[in-house]
Amino acid sequence: MSPAHDHGKEATPGTAHEPATDGDHPHFDMHLGLYLGVGGFLLVATVITVWLSYVDFDKMFGGHGWNIIIAMIVASVKVGFVAAIFMHLKGEKKLIWQFLYFTMFFVAGLFLLTLLNYVDPIFGTTHAQH
Amino acid sequence: MQIPHEVTARPDTGLYNAKLGIWLFLASEVMLFGGLFSAYIFLRMGAEDGYWPRGLLNVPVGAANTAILIASSVTVVLAWASLKMRKFSQYKLWMGISILCGALFLIVKLAYEWPQKFDHFGAFIKKDALEHYEQYLGNHHLKEKKLPPRVEISGHLHEVEIAADPAEKEKLEVFLKRHDLEAKPDEHDAKLQVVKGKHLTPGVVEDLKRVPGVKLIAFEVALDPINADPTNPESDKPHFWYKGATEKLGKIEVKDVESWSSFAPKHSTYFAVYFTITGLHGLHVLAGVLIMLYLWLPIEGGANMFKRNPEHLANRVEVVGLFWHFVDLVWIFVFPIFYLL
Repeated sequence: MSPAHDHGKEATPGTAHEPATDGDHPHFDMHLGLYLGVGGFLLVATVITVWLSYVDFDKMFGGHGWNIIIAMIVASVKVGFVAAIFMHLKGEKKLIWQFLYFTMFFVAGLFLLTLLNYVDPIFGTTHAQH
Repeated sequence: MQIPHEVTARPDTGLYNAKLGIWLFLASEVMLFGGLFSAYIFLRMGAEDGYWPRGLLNVPVGAANTAILIASSVTVVLAWASLKMRKFSQYKLWMGISILCGALFLIVKLAYEWPQKFDHFGAFIKKDALEHYEQYLGNHHLKEKKLPPRVEISGHLHEVEIAADPAEKEKLEVFLKRHDLEAKPDEHDAKLQVVKGKHLTPGVVEDLKRVPGVKLIAFEVALDPINADPTNPESDKPHFWYKGATEKLGKIEVKDVESWSSFAPKHSTYFAVYFTITGLHGLHVLAGVLIMLYLWLPIEGGANMFKRNPEHLANRVEVVGLFWHFVDLVWIFVFPIFYLL
């Protein structure tokens, strides 16, 4: 079968014993160190996350919720490394990034909905005490 | 029939089929977990002062499970790199470790962490009765320090005081025998009985409540450290290192209790959303373990593909790896929001 979009450039599937990447052994060897390094960083960051939860940042900076903000920043950095290196989003194809832009937009919308805890846009009331 | 672009990339997108598919799937998963996380935010922000518990989960266990998932994320990416370098025995080793890590995560959750919650007892005290329980709650002390009030007394059930209708005596006796419990007359009030036994869990007491003629009067609880010594400054911001219940006993009258249960989903919105999110995450871990096992076993479509078409196997491992990293990524948020904050 030959779908219209098949440009005919593909090697016959099922016989690809020696794909183009096969000659790039040093390329993957080089990455092994990176993967272990990121794994080590993530473990250290987990210890830091636990340690930070014992520090009272509200007392330090004044106000509320600093511990939550700081813990989420640390978690986001960890997640950034997992996505960029382990999921090799760094240098990933344009199409995948396009999917993810959409997802980020809609998931941001989901989280912005939680602002309704503070403001009721319909009746124009605010709940600053919550 | 041969499907095109299973192994090699489509020239226009630069992606093979499964990679396109897994990313679309992961995008929908982000929305699924995103919805649950925003539900968590709503519930937490809407909780009254004192009604969003802290320090009920076991931090060392949660941290260890985090480390297990991170380690397995590393090994699964090493398994993929091994296949790319056509080192089959290395692939089997790294994939095997990934599977074991995933299984260990589930064992810790299902055999240790969750059952412990189902044996733990917690009772939320009615607002107008909080003052009676000041010795266990320490709210005067908390008010002085401008901290949110304490409204729950928790620990392990030691005994339950009941009033039983003598006419229904037999049904109670059958129930007690079935659950290996014993009932003795109360020393202070001859009309009441005290039920005791090794297997007196909150779940059993819920069944006891349904036995005809039985009315619960009071709970006697081996108190958690926070209720045993509520004015200790160490308990101001609850401890996350679980120490277990103390020897100190506290008595709670059922008439003063707003709601009581084990640390099950019905305990509070906190545990409801905790079990929902960690349960769904656990199902993802289970799915990942099963798929990785399939690719590890010497079967057609699994590790046997290596001889026929190693690149195709590498692609499959890459795809399950992407899923597995996503599962790890979700846990990186789950751990702090439930265990630490």
